[in-house]
Amino acid sequence: MLNKYPLWKNLLVLTAVVLGVIFSLPNIYPPDFAVQVSSENNGESVTTDALDAAVASVEEAGFDYFDPMITPDGNILIRFKTDTEQRQAKSVIQRAMFDAPGEYVVALNAAASTPEWLKDLRAEPMKYGLDLRGGVHFLMEVDTESVVTNRIDSLETDVKRKLREQKIRYKSVDSPRRGVLHVSFRDEDVRSAARSELESQYREFTFSNGDDEFPYLALTITQNAIDEMEDFAISQNLQTIRNRVNELGVAEPLVQRLGRNRIVVDLPGVQDTAEAKRILGKVATLQFRFEAKPDAPRSTTINFDYEGRDATLEKNIILRGDRVVDAQVGFDPDSGLPQVNITLDSEGGNLMHRSTRNNIGRRMGTVFIETKTRDSYEMVDGVEVRKSEPYVVKRVVSLATVQAALPRQFRITGLGAGEARELSLLLRAGALAADMYIVEERTVGASMGQENVDQGAMSVSIGLSLVLLFMLVYYRVFGLAANLGLMINLTLLVAVMSSIGATLTLPGIAGIVLTVGMAVDANVLIFSRIREELKNGLSPQSAINAGFERAFTTILDANLTTLIVAVILYSIGTGPVKGFAITLSIGILTSMFTALMCTRAIVNLMYGGRNIKSLSI
Amino acid sequence: MKEFNIDFMGFRKIATICSLVLVVASLASLAINQLNWGLDFTGGSLVEVEYENSANPNAIRLQLDEAGFQGHVVQFFGSDKDILVRIPPQKNLTDKENARLGDRITAVLKEGGQGVDLRRSEFVGPAVGEELTNQGGLGLLAALGSVMVYIAFRFQLKFAIGAVTALFHDVIITLGAFSIIGWDFDLTVVAALLAVIGYSLNDTIVVSDRVRENFRKIRKSNPTAIINTSLNQTLGRTLVTSFTTLLVLVALLVMGGEQIRGFAIGLTIGVVIGTYSSIYIAANVLLAMGISKEDLAIPIKEGQDDPDMMEMPDR
Repeated sequence: MLNKYPLWKNLLVLTAVVLGVIFSLPNIYPPDFAVQVSSENNGESVTTDALDAAVASVEEAGFDYFDPMITPDGNILIRFKTDTEQRQAKSVIQRAMFDAPGEYVVALNAAASTPEWLKDLRAEPMKYGLDLRGGVHFLMEVDTESVVTNRIDSLETDVKRKLREQKIRYKSVDSPRRGVLHVSFRDEDVRSAARSELESQYREFTFSNGDDEFPYLALTITQNAIDEMEDFAISQNLQTIRNRVNELGVAEPLVQRLGRNRIVVDLPGVQDTAEAKRILGKVATLQFRFEAKPDAPRSTTINFDYEGRDATLEKNIILRGDRVVDAQVGFDPDSGLPQVNITLDSEGGNLMHRSTRNNIGRRMGTVFIETKTRDSYEMVDGVEVRKSEPYVVKRVVSLATVQAALPRQFRITGLGAGEARELSLLLRAGALAADMYIVEERTVGASMGQENVDQGAMSVSIGLSLVLLFMLVYYRVFGLAANLGLMINLTLLVAVMSSIGATLTLPGIAGIVLTVGMAVDANVLIFSRIREELKNGLSPQSAINAGFERAFTTILDANLTTLIVAVILYSIGTGPVKGFAITLSIGILTSMFTALMCTRAIVNLMYGGRNIKSLSI
Repeated sequence: MKEFNIDFMGFRKIATICSLVLVVASLASLAINQLNWGLDFTGGSLVEVEYENSANPNAIRLQLDEAGFQGHVVQFFGSDKDILVRIPPQKNLTDKENARLGDRITAVLKEGGQGVDLRRSEFVGPAVGEELTNQGGLGLLAALGSVMVYIAFRFQLKFAIGAVTALFHDVIITLGAFSIIGWDFDLTVVAALLAVIGYSLNDTIVVSDRVRENFRKIRKSNPTAIINTSLNQTLGRTLVTSFTTLLVLVALLVMGGEQIRGFAIGLTIGVVIGTYSSIYIAANVLLAMGISKEDLAIPIKEGQDDPDMMEMPDR
């Protein structure tokens, strides 16, 4: 029969609508003001003891808190009724966590207040972008050029030393361009002697002979080695930044590699950019020292914390972390146990060798030194003022027995897998990282974020009302069907964005507004077609059918081409453009579905299978 | 309901002249005035602050001059309490110091005595700006190219040329408007331009679709008459859709706030121009290229008779 949907189509539409409602529902619950406590070690869960300590502190201070919990991600969330209480409670909890064992990051957060039954269905509200919640966005570039230059510099000293040791006389060593080192010799015999000496030792370089004034040997770093060094420099910087972001007390930071040599840092809620930059720019340092002999005079020793105990080391430093070129987790080929392989630069290798060859059997400690900031709270003129003061943390991260005179590359064994990983990260964090600078920064104040949300919501609702009103006046009953479709469309759009975890940004809201305006297009196409067919003398039922059928290809072509544009927009776009492209693409898909399926179902329900003389269109 | 019977193609000469004038004026302005490139493309720093009471831009300029900043632009942003300061990279500073320019400006403004609240601060390095410019241009070209291929494949090459001509027309005139009036051209405007391409395309395809249908259906008529009929048949839909889109854009313009004003303006201009171009440019180009029934004839396969029936089987 004309204009009757088979049951499965009606069920499909119904299912889509129900799913749409469920998955868009979490967005109507306003988030709670919450304080989040997470472990400073990324990814580690907090203990219930920590939760108890935090709860006890707010209980004692008499705050009106509710729903304290440890989230599935392993963070503590404690919710409060007002933002004033939330801020005051943060400093109370911070003080309490400072005394508790372990290291914690305490931050303000907006906790989703999604009801349990929705959570069980994995329905989550949309995430807000920085422009809507306020915060800082940094784009940092890692100076990978200098990594290569440094490698060539250290190669130069290395090669000179090797040749001297082997009594091979060279005339000059220089780097004519990036990644290349030329060593020239008196004649070709010396050169081939040098080549056979060096070639086996520097696998990351390709060797070739050349002739200038004198015969020379060219060492060119391979692309593979460059890539590896760059990757290493980036991951090292990523790790360093992650460690420091912890100090800023950010609830949901994002630290991510972007492209070849960039790092994105998003810090929602952070307002003090100057402070953020200072902390991100800090350098941790590393020292290697021998353990003091039991009879050493007190004046030559110094105590550090080592896994909760005291370790007494010599004051004299063997070498510092800036000599560490690389540190990787590896496995002992004999025992299969984890170990950390450390590579020093040539000067570091000399120092290490000289110091260790007479001290075999003693223990060597690795000291990790970091400058952190601590917040303290003071009453000034009756107002509590936060003061940040830097303090230095020094601790021994490894204490291992020296088993031989250590060369440039050595290893630390006797570690657990977790310990080895941690140590290699710390060694790298303390090593001289490639230089990093900010190439883009965007800060949005908290008040501005809220204003953007309000204005966005306002423009969506006004735009929507205007369109709904117009459609109703212009197409009457069919307008009502289109309007129902439009509401379903919006619901589906929000549901899809929420469930795929897309981030809503200001341009994204603009995309939603635009979708509202353009989504009715498909319906308009169908309705004008129905009007035409009526005029051509078709019966109401056939006109409805013909209208939907004939408009189909047009709608498909028009939307597919727009979708192509939206996808291109997404793939080339950054930041604001991407946010717009996502909503636009999803909007095109949902509006095609609603216009072709939902509106049709509604019209069918209203007119289908009945004997009607005229249409209200 | 209304019925349209307008001799669109009778005005095609006038329309062509109008379009040419607009395009030439736009290109001239783009060549002479260029665009008022926003921070996203030029690089530099931007700080938006809110003063407790109404702010005095002249005093702020003086304040910044005294602090030794060069080339700064101070303007109201939205209200008389809101101040936007834009400043190019300072030549006497290193890259690292330039990255901290925003903080320093905020600090200077806060010294002015009045309560100052930082609303937004941005810094874009010169290299990033250059990349964004290239990406934006590349994106526009990629969009135009792939759309042309799609239409040539789904319709016919002449339609593709018509549609892409209309798109170039729309993009150039929208860009021209930004150049002539001197509005800030930032990334959101690029997004708007691409949305204009999407929108205008939508319109053009609807019209083309009808032109194709009518060429196959109406047997005894000349191309001009067929195109006129098609335009009249789709005019109601074209106007209604443009109207609803403009409705929401006005809502966005009025309520959306300063930050997406550029986007809303760009789209509004684009939608108006796009509506016009789908009527006059795309169809005009089709006529100029001598579109005929033969271009749209469907190769008849065995067992199928009426091409019209094949395309839209009546159920």
